[in-house]
Amino acid sequence: MTVDIAKTFSSGFTVEARLTVELGPSTVLILFGPSGSGKTTLLRCLAGLERPDRGRIQFISRTWFDAEQAIHVPPQERKIGYMSQDYSLFPTYSVAGNIGFGLGGLTADEKQRRVAESLTLLKLQGLEQLTPSQLSGGQQQRVALARAIARHPQLLLLDEPLSALDTPTRLRLQGELRHLLKHLAIPSIVVTHDWGEALALGDQMAVIGAGRVLQVGTPQEVFNRPNGEEVARIVGIETALQGRVRESVEGLATVEVAGVILHALAGDEVGPDVFVCIRAEDVVLAHGSAGTTSARNQLRGSVVDISSMGALVKVGLDCGFPLSAIVTRSAVEDLHLSLGMPLTASIKAGAVHLVPRRDAAFTA
Amino acid sequence: MNWIAIGVTLKLAMLTALLLVVIGLPIAYWVSFSRWRWKFLVESVVALPLVLPPTVMGFYILVAIGPHSPFGRLYTDLVGHPLPFTFEGLLIASVLYSLPFAVQPFAAAFDQVDRRLIEASWTLGVSRAGTFFKLILPMSVAGVVTGFVLSFAHTLGEFGVVLMVGGNIEGVTRTVSIDIYDEVQALNYAGAAMTALFLLAVSYLILLSVYAMNRKMWAVWPQK
Repeated sequence: MTVDIAKTFSSGFTVEARLTVELGPSTVLILFGPSGSGKTTLLRCLAGLERPDRGRIQFISRTWFDAEQAIHVPPQERKIGYMSQDYSLFPTYSVAGNIGFGLGGLTADEKQRRVAESLTLLKLQGLEQLTPSQLSGGQQQRVALARAIARHPQLLLLDEPLSALDTPTRLRLQGELRHLLKHLAIPSIVVTHDWGEALALGDQMAVIGAGRVLQVGTPQEVFNRPNGEEVARIVGIETALQGRVRESVEGLATVEVAGVILHALAGDEVGPDVFVCIRAEDVVLAHGSAGTTSARNQLRGSVVDISSMGALVKVGLDCGFPLSAIVTRSAVEDLHLSLGMPLTASIKAGAVHLVPRRDAAFTA
Repeated sequence: MNWIAIGVTLKLAMLTALLLVVIGLPIAYWVSFSRWRWKFLVESVVALPLVLPPTVMGFYILVAIGPHSPFGRLYTDLVGHPLPFTFEGLLIASVLYSLPFAVQPFAAAFDQVDRRLIEASWTLGVSRAGTFFKLILPMSVAGVVTGFVLSFAHTLGEFGVVLMVGGNIEGVTRTVSIDIYDEVQALNYAGAAMTALFLLAVSYLILLSVYAMNRKMWAVWPQK
């Protein structure tokens, strides 16, 4: 998919997106950014609901939009599955009616088969005759997804698919959504501002800030190596590592990352394969041993990078894996930090975040 | 009580209301969904009958459908007689006179339909027309019925426009309100009272049903 579009709103806000991604049959592309960054606008342009002022959108071999040639393929003809943040379920239709809504061109038998297929995929059997207002938030989300996939679209566009849910439901459905997106073999583009969702769902990730695409890469790349201060600020997580949960006892998990053992708080939905995420602000540096502290993780490492970020300094450590710490300029002076210096990094277990990682079998 | 006048009136009101559904729905759709910057010009024209004196409306309609206007000449050539002082002429006048009573409730109902639902329908491959009939219209039932009933009730009671365009021909254009006026002119207060009471009762029942129905609709779909 190639996107190169610009749209200016009457408020003066301009979205200027340039993006080229290879979308494989089950690739999940994350559009990541803070609210108001223009990621929803970009998604709406892809859906054909918003018409850019200039540029082009090319999907596979089809031109969806070309300002110069005055091509604007309407949403009806883009063969997409689009899900808005609020699900937009039709209140005058039942669950089955919603799912079958876009299947008008099919025979009655085929339509019924597709509805049943979508109901099964999203575990909605038994709810066919209910109306949307009788469903819980999680069920509504699943009905919206079922409706979007019932037409067998070529591309799924999901706008903050989990943001309207409470936290426990969100974590549960995040896992379900991950499996579903892999199972469907439909490329999807998912808008989110939640880094956990980005890591858990995404194969590719585009960071969007102030209407522009700032960086494109795998989520791990983007989190570990933001290409600038703006991206670093937007993603907020400086260290994201692949790890494996060794054991999980009473909410405290032991995770192995590159041969190093870390302690972390574990949620319920964490599988063996995880991303271990650490914010650079949560890393405390000390000379020698930090002594007995409440921090559960004490890592020996050496300084490999020192870079200034205004009043703060970002320190890159090698602890068997790369780890970033952000400290104040005065701390750098007090510790007499220099390259190659051995240090101890302390991190509280609560500051080590675990995000379920896509099953290895699917990633291949 | 003049049953012939009542028959003419009910027939006129029913046909007017039905025609206004056919004509009013597309106008209301356009009013509600158009993003044309000068849309208010059309909206104001649609609302004109609300403020114009019926005699002014009636005068212009009379001139417009009369044998000296291009439209009136065409009609006379095609049908063989001119439009003024016929039931058909009266019907055209009633439709124009009650236009806002249909279009405004229709458009208000369409305005209430969440645009995100409409977009969802489009992304599901359903055409604009399909979206109208499958989604927008079913969600606007209360507004459509309200518009139908209000234009029916409004036509029942019209007087000035009928007098200007239809005249007072027994069994053709003499409606209930004209009949009441005639009875009073003839000092037959008892006859006028009977017919007036009938019109009052029918109008009240109609409005009763509109308000009751809207309340029921709100109870079923409380999302707005």
